[in-house]
Amino acid sequence: MKHLLSIEQLSRAEIESILDRAESFAEVGRRDIKKVPTLRGRTVVSLFYESSTRTSSSFDLAAKRLSADFVSVKAAGSSVEKGESLKDTVATLSAYDPAAIVIRHPYAGAAQMVAGWTEAAVVNAGDGKHEHPSQALLDVYTLRRRLGSLDGVRIWIVGDVLHSRVARSNLIAFAKMGAEVTVCGPPTLIPRGIEELGCDVSYSLDGIEEAEVVYALRMQKERMSESFVPSLREYAACFQIDTRRLNPRQLLMHPGPVNRGVELSGEAIDSPQSLIAEQVAAGLVVRMAILYELLAGGGASTPAAEGEGSQPTPIGTSA
Amino acid sequence: MNEKVVLEHDDLRRTLRRIAHEIAEKNPNAERLAVVGIHTRGAVLARRLHVFLGELTGSDLPIGDIDISFYRDDVGAKAPGSQPVVHASHIDFDLSERTVVLVDDVLYTGRTVRAAIEALFDYGRPRRVQLAVLCDRGHRELPFRPDYVGKNLPTAREERVNVRLEEIDGTDGVTISEETPMEVTQ
Repeated sequence: MKHLLSIEQLSRAEIESILDRAESFAEVGRRDIKKVPTLRGRTVVSLFYESSTRTSSSFDLAAKRLSADFVSVKAAGSSVEKGESLKDTVATLSAYDPAAIVIRHPYAGAAQMVAGWTEAAVVNAGDGKHEHPSQALLDVYTLRRRLGSLDGVRIWIVGDVLHSRVARSNLIAFAKMGAEVTVCGPPTLIPRGIEELGCDVSYSLDGIEEAEVVYALRMQKERMSESFVPSLREYAACFQIDTRRLNPRQLLMHPGPVNRGVELSGEAIDSPQSLIAEQVAAGLVVRMAILYELLAGGGASTPAAEGEGSQPTPIGTSA
Repeated sequence: MNEKVVLEHDDLRRTLRRIAHEIAEKNPNAERLAVVGIHTRGAVLARRLHVFLGELTGSDLPIGDIDISFYRDDVGAKAPGSQPVVHASHIDFDLSERTVVLVDDVLYTGRTVRAAIEALFDYGRPRRVQLAVLCDRGHRELPFRPDYVGKNLPTAREERVNVRLEEIDGTDGVTISEETPMEVTQ
């Protein structure tokens, strides 16, 4: 795997391989010294054209825990404000010979474009309404740890599906892992034809009791140029997940940041069935696994690379 | 492919038992000992040594295993291909003031041992590190010398040393085989 641009590009086996690796990085995080030398001397550049807390901080820390050098460029405060184009910015950063570029951009397909302009491995950290693959991987990781497997698990994705790259990536990832997904929200916020991605559609919360997992989405006020709902209050009245609508056996997830009192009630966020904090913790180890997969993945492949025994080859050979 | 048997099933067990005796002899203060195996087959050997050492010393020594994938010196240097599953390391005891016996199946260039020692030091500061290997096949590229050797195997670089263990491979034994140059990646 050269780049991580979308969940669509990944097979179930590839997803599982990344998640298995994330498990071993979780062990690194429990040590006193939470750092391994794997990517020593490599450079990871992050280029964020949109604001972010979780994604950018966790990629930053993930790179550092792998001993890579990390440079973060944010559009605000950089030459992007002087009108530098994406292509020129990427060319500039590529001059540092980075091993990876992590990019977030408001336009769908931006990461794909960047991949064509640079030698570095490109990680899509969110491109417009298209995809956010690392989020989907960390969500699958979180659920897999809780439930063991996603096969046959019923997941409802509730809220602003139209503007949500998380919804797209997660829907695809959950389906690939064998879950049965329903998307739910007001008709104006459900893209037409989304059933083709392999999910059911519901325009009300009726029937949500069948779900084992409720995945709420953020109302993306910044992407709403027209009114999709009469008011946030009315949206909350119809679609807010609160402890009354959530039964105690259901798990609650949200990609963050949460609009408290809009898509989730404060009580629901802080309830024991909420996995929101676990999702953030998973973000770090899954992003370590992604960087490892892209930058070091090939390195661990050759059984005889070090020449000594115990490299896992089928018959236990050691050249 | 021509395979020459160098250790049979019973030889391998006797060899391990002898190594356990040597470890016990060299470390009279057994309560300070710990055994750490290097994944995958070193970890299996460590578990077996741990049982023998328990019988010899009468104490239940701490045991751990370590995966060196994150510490390799050739990360990213090889072409992408099928990747081994990276195992999590398990060292859930305090290393400080202990003599740690690192266990691996084959000692060759010494690069795995270097990586394992580096990994070990991320868990703590052992008082002493000793190295036990089932086979030493020579061709060292780093200045390591094992403290306990099951069998010295003079080999050519083109040859392969195959260690098979019941827990993984269904049978115990060590063989040397010829490799066609194409398959030798060293």
